[in-house]
Amino acid sequence: MTRLQSAAELELLRAGILSARDAARPCIAVCTGAACNGLDSARVARAFEVEAGKMAPGAGIEVRATGCHGFCEKGPNVVVGPDDICYFEVTPDDVPEIIASALKGEVVERLVYKHPETGEKAVHMGEVPFYRHQTRLLIGDNIRIDPKRIEDYVAVGGYAALAKALFQMTPDQVVDEVKKASLRGRGGGGFPAGQKWETAKNAPGDEKYVIVNGHEGEPGAFMDRALFTGNPHKVLEGLIIGAYAIGSHRGFIYTRHDSPQLIEHIETALAQAEEYGLLGENILGSGFDFRVEVHFDVGIFVSGESSALMRSIEGQPPEPRPKYIRTSVAGIWDKPSNLNNVETWANVPQIISRGAEWYAGIGTERSKGTKLVSLSGNVVNSGVVEVPMGTPLRKIVYDMGGGIPGGKAAKAVHFGGPMGGSIPASLIDAPLDFDELAALGAPIGAGGLLVMDEDTDMVDVARYFLEFLTNESCGKCVPCREGMRQTLKVLTNITKGKGRDGDIGRLEDLNDVTGAACLCALGRTASDPLKSMLRYFKDEYELQIARGSQAAGNTAK
Amino acid sequence: MSEIVMQIDGKEVKASDGMTVLQAARVAGIHIPTVCHHDKLEPFGGCRMCMVEVEVRGRKSYVVSCLYPVAPDLVVHTRSERVDKIRRVILEELLAHAPNSPELVALAAEYGADRDRFDKDPSFCILCGLCVRYCAEVKQKNAVDFIERGAQRAISFIPEIAAKECWDCQECFAICPTSYAQAAYFLTEALAFPGRRKSAMHGA
Ligand SMILES: Cc1cc2nc3c(=O)[nH]c(=O)nc-3n(C[C@H](O)[C@H](O)[C@H](O)COP(=O)(O)O)c2cc1C
Ligand code: SF4
Ligand code: FES
Repeated sequence: MTRLQSAAELELLRAGILSARDAARPCIAVCTGAACNGLDSARVARAFEVEAGKMAPGAGIEVRATGCHGFCEKGPNVVVGPDDICYFEVTPDDVPEIIASALKGEVVERLVYKHPETGEKAVHMGEVPFYRHQTRLLIGDNIRIDPKRIEDYVAVGGYAALAKALFQMTPDQVVDEVKKASLRGRGGGGFPAGQKWETAKNAPGDEKYVIVNGHEGEPGAFMDRALFTGNPHKVLEGLIIGAYAIGSHRGFIYTRHDSPQLIEHIETALAQAEEYGLLGENILGSGFDFRVEVHFDVGIFVSGESSALMRSIEGQPPEPRPKYIRTSVAGIWDKPSNLNNVETWANVPQIISRGAEWYAGIGTERSKGTKLVSLSGNVVNSGVVEVPMGTPLRKIVYDMGGGIPGGKAAKAVHFGGPMGGSIPASLIDAPLDFDELAALGAPIGAGGLLVMDEDTDMVDVARYFLEFLTNESCGKCVPCREGMRQTLKVLTNITKGKGRDGDIGRLEDLNDVTGAACLCALGRTASDPLKSMLRYFKDEYELQIARGSQAAGNTAK
Repeated sequence: MSEIVMQIDGKEVKASDGMTVLQAARVAGIHIPTVCHHDKLEPFGGCRMCMVEVEVRGRKSYVVSCLYPVAPDLVVHTRSERVDKIRRVILEELLAHAPNSPELVALAAEYGADRDRFDKDPSFCILCGLCVRYCAEVKQKNAVDFIERGAQRAISFIPEIAAKECWDCQECFAICPTSYAQAAYFLTEALAFPGRRKSAMHGA
């Protein structure tokens, strides 16, 4: 491999990769994403390689071990190109038949999607209900890419946006484009990315940093990992473009220490990008230098919070700092530091290559583009979906998710994990929109959507989230540590039938003060799930408390 | 350092750049309650008792005055219904651990805090971190530190260091609002290096 010296050399490389491929030849994508991997898809992938190896070269079939396809519920997933025939729950024993059929241009009927009620079959990706309703701008490439081969990313147009930014745009124009696209942060807050970039860009100082937040600590959220593990170069390309725009020469990827596959893919991607001259000194001959280091979280939830994350990168314990000065002005070692989420960075290349106008045409007035959602809980099809902002939640839960198992009714949907909130099923037509869902009390957060059926105990749901956060709080500030401790006690008592008069008042006071007085956003949003419960399901709480105080009254008599 | 003019509780207050709102208020003779603050230590921002209401360009927010930097034209209210409520609930939370701390009891009277509001958990330590930070910042010995996180957080003397350093110092006992620092030290001593005390007394 030689370092590419110009945009033209990148295009030559791309042309070479594409011309060496036979577009009509069957290509088999075996999902090795986290869920399929758990179902031993590695054995399926190996069986494909062995079987394909038996064939005469040229007659061959291409096999690709890819990242998450999305439909985790039905893994191990296999997609056979060029027509994208989807096979589900594939075992190593199915492999010879799949290959034989692929070579004959036939379909293995018994492995295709069957609708659980109508029995109707769906063969191609575009027909499977789970995929059909999605707009897979970010995750769609996963089936085309072996994350350990940069050539696969280049083949789908990778790094063209970087070349465009470096050679056809000034840093200011890049920032402007991202601002015009109205890209908002996907990590939880929905903060306008362009505005953050501009602050970091304009902050005084020559030494500036850009950072990928790949911590993804929210329970029930797995889309960042699906995207980053499956297509690391997309995130990296976004990061390099951001660095160029902001004027940063040093970047950090902060990611999970407990995900070996993700780490391997990131490190491979960095090494390959460097070899091709897409990273390091004089990128693509443009004169722009940029290097990236990988740092690992220490396995606690709060290390995903921006100021804690930055302390962790400095090598200190990840304790949040009060942010009376923004990290985009004074972050890592007090230098301007621009932090964005994995999915936020992944949006950047398409904004640059297809333009802000195109991007802003997708979504709602104030929430643009598509959003990855990890769908879990009482839903038939769990997995990762990608939909345009503005999509009604009903569509996600019923059309893609296939509704509630066992013919039960939905009771509530919960967004944002332990820092989010629940809304009742009666509001399920609400659109996936940062502001509208926040106003309803169920902010999108990172995008974990938990579906709850009619049997769910809403006191217990709040208790569960709070128990999680109680163990994750750093414990520095009183309203977080003590507020959660006391709230958890009250909730636990209620679920044990030991509720007391005044519990609602206690919960409301604790919520109010925790929400207002905590040092960092972990504490300030820890009360959000409970707030939403008291907004929509208060009668359920009152009923359970009344049961407790009645029982106490009876024993007192 | 440039001079800044701001407003605290309706009073015009002069402060200099780099000061915190708490410092500016104290200079102006306006009292703001604190628990984890100590003049010799870096601000910590843990207890949140010193919260005040600030208005910046018409926007109201609640900040801890021990850390919040002064700024021109800042408008600060050190008391309001909401500020008082925050302080009251925080006190109720702390009193669950240390119901008899004189400092907390006095504040409870001022803010109408009910020490029986929440389930008791008499651990005595309220984790203000004064001992930990005093030992680290002033004495530079680090003989006492935080262990664990979240609701499990506690302070702990580190026997190896405490055995060497603490006997002749014990300065943290006096700054602890609940006398837990002293109890924790003697417990460590009894468990980890008994005999130290006896021999010291012999020597005396
Ligand atoms: C307790 C806590 C945990 C967080 N965890 C994450 C995380 O795992 N990943 C993430 O991207 N953002 C996380 N955030 C949000 C970050 O602080 C920050 O806002 C975000 O990374 C900024 O990127 P964005 O603007 O692209 O969303 C967390 C925030 C808090 C308060
Ligand atoms: S809010 Fe919680 S996690 Fe954040 S600083 Fe305070 S104690 Fe730590
Ligand atoms: S004195 Fe300000 S937080 Fe404790």
